[in-house]
Amino acid sequence: MSEHLLEIENLRVSYRIYAGEVQSVRGISFCLDAGEILAIVGESGCGKSVTAKSIMRLIHEPGTILPGSHIYYKGEDILTFDERRLAMFRGGECSIIFQDALTSLNPTMTVGKQIMENIRHHRNVSKARAREEAIELLKKVGLSEPERRFRQYPHELSGGMRQRVMIAIAFANRPKILIADEPTTALDVTIQAQIMDLIKKLAREEGTAVILITHDMGVVANVAERIAVMYAGKIVEQGDADSIFYQTAHPYTEILLAAVPRLDLNSEEELTAIRGTPPDLINPPAGCAFCTRCGRTMEVCLREAPEMLRLGETHQAACFLLNME
Amino acid sequence: MSDAVLEVRNLKKYFDLGHGQLLKAVDDISFSIDAGETLGLVGESGCGKTTCGRTVIGMYQKTGGEVLYSGREISNLRGRDLKSFHKDAQMIFQDPYASLNPRMTVSEIIGEGIDIHHLAPNRKAREERIYELLSLVELNPEHAGRFIHEFSGGQRQRIGIARALAVSPKLLILDEPISALDVSIQAQVVNMLVRLQREMGLTYLFIAHDLAMVKYISKRVAVMYLGRLVELTRAEELYAHPLHPYTQALLSAIPIPDPEVEREREHKRIRLEGETVSPINPPEGCLFAGRCPYATAQCRQETPQLKSVRENHFVACHKVPGGE
Repeated sequence: MSEHLLEIENLRVSYRIYAGEVQSVRGISFCLDAGEILAIVGESGCGKSVTAKSIMRLIHEPGTILPGSHIYYKGEDILTFDERRLAMFRGGECSIIFQDALTSLNPTMTVGKQIMENIRHHRNVSKARAREEAIELLKKVGLSEPERRFRQYPHELSGGMRQRVMIAIAFANRPKILIADEPTTALDVTIQAQIMDLIKKLAREEGTAVILITHDMGVVANVAERIAVMYAGKIVEQGDADSIFYQTAHPYTEILLAAVPRLDLNSEEELTAIRGTPPDLINPPAGCAFCTRCGRTMEVCLREAPEMLRLGETHQAACFLLNME
Repeated sequence: MSDAVLEVRNLKKYFDLGHGQLLKAVDDISFSIDAGETLGLVGESGCGKTTCGRTVIGMYQKTGGEVLYSGREISNLRGRDLKSFHKDAQMIFQDPYASLNPRMTVSEIIGEGIDIHHLAPNRKAREERIYELLSLVELNPEHAGRFIHEFSGGQRQRIGIARALAVSPKLLILDEPISALDVSIQAQVVNMLVRLQREMGLTYLFIAHDLAMVKYISKRVAVMYLGRLVELTRAEELYAHPLHPYTQALLSAIPIPDPEVEREREHKRIRLEGETVSPINPPEGCLFAGRCPYATAQCRQETPQLKSVRENHFVACHKVPGGE
């Protein structure tokens, strides 16, 4: 149980809205080892961000993490943490950065103060010491003139610089886990490359494990060691990066890879499009959630939900086609 | 040159921000698009690509230069000619949530252009035309009476396309038509755009920041940086032999969904330092000089002009030899 840094068991999250109960995450299990980079990929509404927020216990009304879900951090279930323990966990052992750094930062506080706040919340250090550390962090995330940046407000910085500040805050207490929820989606590609390089470098230096939430298979190929593919609130396939890309087992993963044209290939062929749209998670289908859009649907797919099948040391997928082989 | 549907010469669009600040969103841009061709216009956010598209179609009053549609300057068009241009040139927007009126039904949205340009002789013909357009974008006739909030993003974008096609246009300005959509839905819309172009002989100006998609859909690609064109050439040529340092860095920064290829590229990746300068009162010289690894004193003083260095390959850079 305690061999993994983080172990998620049968996580289920629902949102109660006027139309009914939206089952955003429908029983997912995965683990994260110290120092590794795991990518969770999927399209909007597949539950990847809700999963990330659950790990930080950031699910608020009308959402609830349903009973029977477990998130073990070093063997302790964080779902049983009291407020005090949770406050130490958040921003201390586990940090999160979001897509939109402008709305995540406090517009009325200088950048430096926000970094100091996280340092002093978790560790008993003097103001002067925290200030030194904050400037050191600003330098570490690659901002020029850190002393000047320290005194600036978020609106004075560009999108890429703000994301660097977010990263500085996230790394302030040498976290064991960094959750990066679409950290570069709002940024231009040249800036995206800089930010991904920075996250990779800091994670390696500090030994931090990273959960990267993204929809961009290119970014995934560039950074991830392991990948979990989500669809309609479930993990449909997971494994090491090479298995997912080169021994793709689930039809959804296959289409996800074929739907985007590749920059390094000249192709005149039609892109692989998935017909239709993802299912309604208020009334999720009884069978496989992908069956209405899959090209190889069988009778059993409509009736029963497929179980996760082990294909290799780390590689698993949930599809009835695999049972047949 | 004579079969160019659209010809843009030295187009300028400046915004006066007051206090002596001038934002040069589009600065001296020239290109042309042939009938039935797709020209991709790419660049990072704030580079002026959307402003360029909007100025070309006349949504913004240009500051200088010429925009010739079928050989005629659009700002001189009046009356019937102007109306006919408005019918021929249509625009598709990025955000399918903001660009469709939530208080109109789908048939009202699509039918509006048909009514304005008197394209249907009677109600029955109008209704038939709307159904035909809906099936063209792979929607059903039952959708005609519904409101926009009942549709997903991909469906809304298709309604936007049906609205543009309703008036039988010749030129479509597509401003980031797929960047608000999920990848599986993007492929649906792109395949449809390619099919419609083939069937109807449409000419596209495809504005986007996703270079892989632009390469897939375009015959030629123009790269913008801070209001100026830095490189213009055929799509395969641009990807195989990028000449401008900015294009090279841009291509190298785009991750490819293949871990082995990425491991290989990791060592060769060009890493740009810093971020773009402000387009407000931009300095003299090449605007990329501050981030360019090859910049010299000349780059900081003289603005490089777009020059032809090979057949059908234009670059604005002092450091690229050859051509005039």
